[in-house]
Amino acid sequence: MLMLEKRPQPSRAFAYLTPLLAVLATMIAGGLMFAALGKDPIEAIRTIFWDPLFGEFSFYYRPQLLVKGAPLVLIAIGLSLGFKAGIWNIGAEGQYIVGAICGAGTGLAFYPMESWIIFPLMILAGAIGGMLWAMIPAILKVKFGTNEILVSLMLVYVAEQLLASMSLGLLKNPEGFGFPGSRNLQQYASAHNADIIEGSGMHWGVAFAFIAVIFAYILLNRHMLGYAIRLTGEAPRAARFAGINPARLILFCLGASGALAGLAGLFEVSGPAGQISIDFNTGYGFTAIIVAFLGRLHPVGILLAGLLMALTYIGGEIAQGSLGLPGAAIQMFQGMLLFFLLAVDVLTNYRLRFSQKGAA
Amino acid sequence: MKRRQIMTGAATALALVLSGGAWAESHSDKTKVGFVYVGPVGDGGWTYEHNQGRLAVEKEFGDAVETVFVENVPEGADAERVMTQMALEGADLIFTTSFGYMDPTINVAKKFPKVKFEHATGYKTAPNVSTYSARFYEGRAVQGTIAGHMTESNVVGYIGSFPIPEVIRGINAAYIHAKKVNPDVTFKIVWAYTWFDPAKEADAAKVLIEQGADVILQHTDSTAPLAAAAAAGNVIGFGQASDMAEFADGPRVSSIIDNWAPYYIQRTKAVIDGTWESAMTWDGIGPGMVGIGEITDKVPAEVKAEALALKDSIASGDYHPFTGPLKKQDGSDWLAEGETADDGTLAGMNFYVEGIEGDIPQ
Repeated sequence: MLMLEKRPQPSRAFAYLTPLLAVLATMIAGGLMFAALGKDPIEAIRTIFWDPLFGEFSFYYRPQLLVKGAPLVLIAIGLSLGFKAGIWNIGAEGQYIVGAICGAGTGLAFYPMESWIIFPLMILAGAIGGMLWAMIPAILKVKFGTNEILVSLMLVYVAEQLLASMSLGLLKNPEGFGFPGSRNLQQYASAHNADIIEGSGMHWGVAFAFIAVIFAYILLNRHMLGYAIRLTGEAPRAARFAGINPARLILFCLGASGALAGLAGLFEVSGPAGQISIDFNTGYGFTAIIVAFLGRLHPVGILLAGLLMALTYIGGEIAQGSLGLPGAAIQMFQGMLLFFLLAVDVLTNYRLRFSQKGAA
Repeated sequence: MKRRQIMTGAATALALVLSGGAWAESHSDKTKVGFVYVGPVGDGGWTYEHNQGRLAVEKEFGDAVETVFVENVPEGADAERVMTQMALEGADLIFTTSFGYMDPTINVAKKFPKVKFEHATGYKTAPNVSTYSARFYEGRAVQGTIAGHMTESNVVGYIGSFPIPEVIRGINAAYIHAKKVNPDVTFKIVWAYTWFDPAKEADAAKVLIEQGADVILQHTDSTAPLAAAAAAGNVIGFGQASDMAEFADGPRVSSIIDNWAPYYIQRTKAVIDGTWESAMTWDGIGPGMVGIGEITDKVPAEVKAEALALKDSIASGDYHPFTGPLKKQDGSDWLAEGETADDGTLAGMNFYVEGIEGDIPQ
């Protein structure tokens, strides 16, 4: 009979292989589901994975992959720092919202003045807003030992209320006929996070996402702080003996992930989304948690995982539009991806063995 | 699925994009109509009815028309991408069925001047963008009349979605007509901050019922409030957006039905005939865009007759649900005796009428 046996060391080969295996298993199981729905599974899988990259209209979808992937990568990079050290920031969605509000609010405070300084100020405000929002669970944890998972998650709902209040009150477009929502920043040149090269999808958020990947890589591999993060996650007791200050680490990890989530919110509100509205947040902060783990908490892995996630979103929409697949099937498909990743993950730490003895 | 011929290669299209010119899209002889939905087609309310409209278009034109839709599309950048995708894949007419799609619709319409867009419930138009909406407040007047008669606790619960003019108009219309038939009636309003979230809607309904409401009105799209009313017993409610007739044996005594089918058929036909023009449509009970679902036997015959008479007089144009004398909540005058509200004020309505308690959230 088949048995799981713990590996003495986690398998490096499987650590790299599991994401690929998970994608493959998702394709097979997803294909079966599509077939059960009466659709051609090959065509459906091709539409989701191939068409956005190489299909007829890929000239439009490729830039969109960057637009959709950038906030995911930016947030996930920040989260991965904490996750590596065993510090669980689940409230990136809230930090994303607050970053967007602070950034957009800063820009709109200058309206209709035009100046090059406005956008850099907005970036700063976005990062600080997200960071301060993440500092709430951080300080509560350091001072009172509260659970950062609960506090950061609860603050998402607070942030959503704040967002609604801003859309209906302080930031409401005075020329919007009483409808909720701020002015559209796309129509305010100084505050618009436009494509750096027109039509390329490369807005400043994408640039920052790439920079974040590089910085995180250097931090984790070449810097003392990165060593402290890894050591704390792998051996907390040893970390304490090594003189690592856990409080400072908590403040840094939550602060950094909050700042990056805030930046993602700012770049989204000033670019692709355009305005603060009640429904501004669409779950990037939660999806980024999946992206962080899909990318094995490794900066390069996260970059690839973010793009893969963006691909399933965009491909999924194409499949809905052109093949008539129901939206729920696409969500199932994305869910399968995470499910298989976690399932296959077992193989990193365990190996399969045929046991001689019968069942106990 | 038939592969379509493309007129322009991707490379040419890319060149056009880079040069800032109009985007090329693929063509076919069929007229292709796209629908962008904010919720799932199975929500039983708002999106469900838009999808019924889509099916009616398919039925009406048969092989001459192909329809496509994408559901659960978040408002903002995602909506823009879905619309662009539809236009690229050759849609001739695209219905975008949520207020939050307004700016994305305008953005995409700029890129595809030959594609026609129809945006529901917004206020921005362009040469290739029309807006359309229904005068749901007419239905609310009928609903308010029934609610005012039926409540025994004199407390009517109202589940608001978002404090936007559309919803505030509905609250005012319902309140005015409930008050007319029952001077002791009070409204309790809970804001759910969602259009579709069965769990939140059910919670809101339960809170209202606990506060003594025995009639629940809802401006959210799921059937959860009706289910909560059924569970509480002795509480009635109304179908919203859709008939929700499955609750007719239980709490549902009537409903406001969005009927988009005639409009969708008419606009599709205009595109086929080449007579489509940008317009702002705001239709009510008269033209059939707003329907009143069957009033059940739970409602006494004379109340039913009164409600139907009100419906007929609104449909014929004899009566306007906002007819003076009416005051605003703060006591200031709004409409003089016999004066009716103009569409501009109604479109941007951001105040309660006199008698409603509480503040509109800011």
